[in-house]
Amino acid sequence: MTWVGKSALRKEGDSKLRGQAKYIDDISLSGMMHGITVRSPIARGLLKKIEYLPGVNWDEFITVTAKDIPGNNYVALIKKDQPYLVDEKINHPEEPILLLAHSNKHILEKARSLIKFHIESLPPVFTLEEAIKQDPIIWGTNNTFKSYAIDRGDVESAFKDAHILLEGTYETGAQEQLYIEPNGVIAIANEKEGVTIWGSMQCPYYVHKALVPLFNLPPEKIRVVQAETGGGFGGKEEYPSVISGHAALLSWKAKRPVKIIYDRMEDMVATTKRHPSKTRIKTAFDKNHKLIALDIDFTIDGGAYATLSSVVLSRGTLHASGPYFSSNIKIRSRALATNTPPHGAFRGFGAPQSLFAIEKHMEFCARELKLDPVKFRKLNFIKHGEILGCGQLVKEKIKLNSVVEKALIESDFHKKRKAFVKTNKNSPIKKGIGLAVFMHGAGFTGSGETFLASIAAVKATPEGKIEILTSNTEIGQGTNTIFSQMAADALNIDFSDIEVVQPDTAHVPNSGPTVASRTCMIVGKLVEQASKDLKQKLISAQLLKEKYTRKEFISACKKYIKEIGELKGSSQYKAPSHIVWDEQKYQGDAYGTYAWAAYVAETSTDTRTFETTVDKFWAVQEVGKVINPLLAKGQIIGGVAQGIGYALYEEVIWKEGRMANNKMSNYIMPTTLDVPEIEVHFLELPYSYGGGGSKGLGELPLDGPSPAILNAMEHALKITLRQIPMTPEKLMAQMEEINK
Amino acid sequence: MKKMSLTVNGKKLTVSCHPFSRLLDVLREELQLTGTKEGCGEGECGACSVMLDGKLVNSCLVPLLQVEGKKILTVEGLANKSLTPLQNSFMKCGGAQCGICTPGMLMAGYALIKKKKKLSKQEIREGLGGNLCRCTGYSPIIKSVQNCGTKP
Repeated sequence: MTWVGKSALRKEGDSKLRGQAKYIDDISLSGMMHGITVRSPIARGLLKKIEYLPGVNWDEFITVTAKDIPGNNYVALIKKDQPYLVDEKINHPEEPILLLAHSNKHILEKARSLIKFHIESLPPVFTLEEAIKQDPIIWGTNNTFKSYAIDRGDVESAFKDAHILLEGTYETGAQEQLYIEPNGVIAIANEKEGVTIWGSMQCPYYVHKALVPLFNLPPEKIRVVQAETGGGFGGKEEYPSVISGHAALLSWKAKRPVKIIYDRMEDMVATTKRHPSKTRIKTAFDKNHKLIALDIDFTIDGGAYATLSSVVLSRGTLHASGPYFSSNIKIRSRALATNTPPHGAFRGFGAPQSLFAIEKHMEFCARELKLDPVKFRKLNFIKHGEILGCGQLVKEKIKLNSVVEKALIESDFHKKRKAFVKTNKNSPIKKGIGLAVFMHGAGFTGSGETFLASIAAVKATPEGKIEILTSNTEIGQGTNTIFSQMAADALNIDFSDIEVVQPDTAHVPNSGPTVASRTCMIVGKLVEQASKDLKQKLISAQLLKEKYTRKEFISACKKYIKEIGELKGSSQYKAPSHIVWDEQKYQGDAYGTYAWAAYVAETSTDTRTFETTVDKFWAVQEVGKVINPLLAKGQIIGGVAQGIGYALYEEVIWKEGRMANNKMSNYIMPTTLDVPEIEVHFLELPYSYGGGGSKGLGELPLDGPSPAILNAMEHALKITLRQIPMTPEKLMAQMEEINK
Repeated sequence: MKKMSLTVNGKKLTVSCHPFSRLLDVLREELQLTGTKEGCGEGECGACSVMLDGKLVNSCLVPLLQVEGKKILTVEGLANKSLTPLQNSFMKCGGAQCGICTPGMLMAGYALIKKKKKLSKQEIREGLGGNLCRCTGYSPIIKSVQNCGTKP
């Protein structure tokens, strides 16, 4: 019996369905205090004084400011620019200034209202245009966190020789991850025991790395444990380092456990969101409508601190040319500073932004050239043996045309495209159907996986069970289940023989963060190899033959532990020799492999109310071997739903650098009534370097919906749409402008 | 503080709380029934859904004084030893991913199936319209309710 390829049931499903799974707010420790964060009311300024107004007994409260930090006041990630607490300079609204703890959580809000900050305000930067003008400079020497340049061929000459030049500018808004469980942690910190954190998070070792300099403690004095986590989507990649540090600082001073749980409004207003972006694309085509030159200028808004913006920018840059080939390419990209809370990781990580731009642009070009959008795309698709925008030679077989064909057939694309034009004529409701084709690189960008050098381990228990030890977290996507399937197959035992150990830096090796569609593909492979390592130990000890039954395996494990000792297998990542990335030149094999996809959206827009609904959606993708069809489908459908929100509903309204609509009642995410039936189809081309033959798929479904939906709306309305979210208000404004 | 009696998952209880305490806090903090979750605190997400005298409510919007003498059913009251048909259906159809909306979704599904045996997809969509899920894209949850059968 093999488990890979089967819809094994969710490993931790039973405890979640009974309501027994322990999320961080379900845990309470004896003597525990509650903590809150008091934040900056303004975007930029200098903190002069903190005043504690009368009204509560301040002696009962634990208060922490920057001066109480035992180590270094920066959140260790890539740069050291972001403080845990404002010392003097305030760089964004809601920036943490003061921490308060009390054993009665109800009194904390009153205390918050009695804190008065005396601040001398400074002129802020809120838009990309203001950041570029460098008036004022708010970060570094030029408001730029990072910039990249890609040059291949000769774009300028190609533009001169071109048959036709087409240009467009595309914009995407911020998007809130909106996991249903807000951020939260519990900390116990003191000089004797060091620091222990339990929390809702994706990456325990990121938190670990951040707490070492904050407390100036040796790494073994820091322990980070993931509690059951109610969704992440990137929003719990880097942010938990901040809230963990805060809770630990309070606990350090209180000498008692401290819990911080954000309420929804605080989580929305103060934590990271998807980077807003602006992309200008200039393309040149020859007489046969072949793309001969591509000039892309891609800018993202990083917010007030560097955080992960350089890496988000990199993924966006490397995906910017989409699945198309051009021998002449010029890409310029930059992540800029503004005085808003830092933008951060969100499923797709820069790629949904740049892929939206290129897919919208290709649709625009097809229309300008009076060509069928499918034929036009196919003419320009990247092929095996050609070089992608990032400089990566496509060495693997790709099935892009089959993926597109499947999407067209399943959606009845061509027929509907014609039919809707007719039926729209006499109806106020205009139907459209649109396509987007794209790819998503799986695993860390560039040399990232080599630098991570992740380690996974498996260990036998005295009862003959196998434990999987990784720092990769179950956040709903199915880590526990797929790891168990892959280990069961590698060891030729049953799915039920496998246990996945709770990620705890005191007990599991660093297998890297749970991000970048890497868990199944990269870490899954390590789990398989670690399993084989363990098996080999049993064979070498002559306790097991090459061929064996499950019973023989279990008794061999028991015997080994009894007679020899600990039985553990491990594996460390090493890049396959054919994957080479040149960081200096910023080109090469940007990703080990890519998943490829074609998404089709069918929409209705009511021209009286300007509301658009997605009536049906088709998601076709090639993702290597599908490890668990039920879970994989769940990932795609869930991602498409987030993509529908990104395209149509989810608008962050900014006022003076602060999110003004930080509630679930005025930031609108899709409900059961907004998400249509989503048909999912997988094509499989097993990837030999991925766990079970898989490629990453978690982020892929965020890339396609927004261009597919806007392309459908363009088909219905015969206008050009270049920004998301395309809310009814924005559509009305644009259509009224045209009708003038 | 006021002493109040209520029935939770079949058990008669007395709690001593402020009459304006949210039912959600009483369940989670006084009774340690942490299966019921808080997602927004403003009745928007439905993660705190429970049954109150046979009606689905958001427990974050219900003050304790409104539940005196009433019957409450939470996710912990669904399964005995084995999972209920609805919980099993969620398991098989992939209705739970991160699991944080799941207790509320189960209660909303329970309320639907209790009300009507044969449900159309549209009725399920409308019935679950007050419960937000960020992971599943809803169709696996809708399918879980649809495939459950006539008893939750």
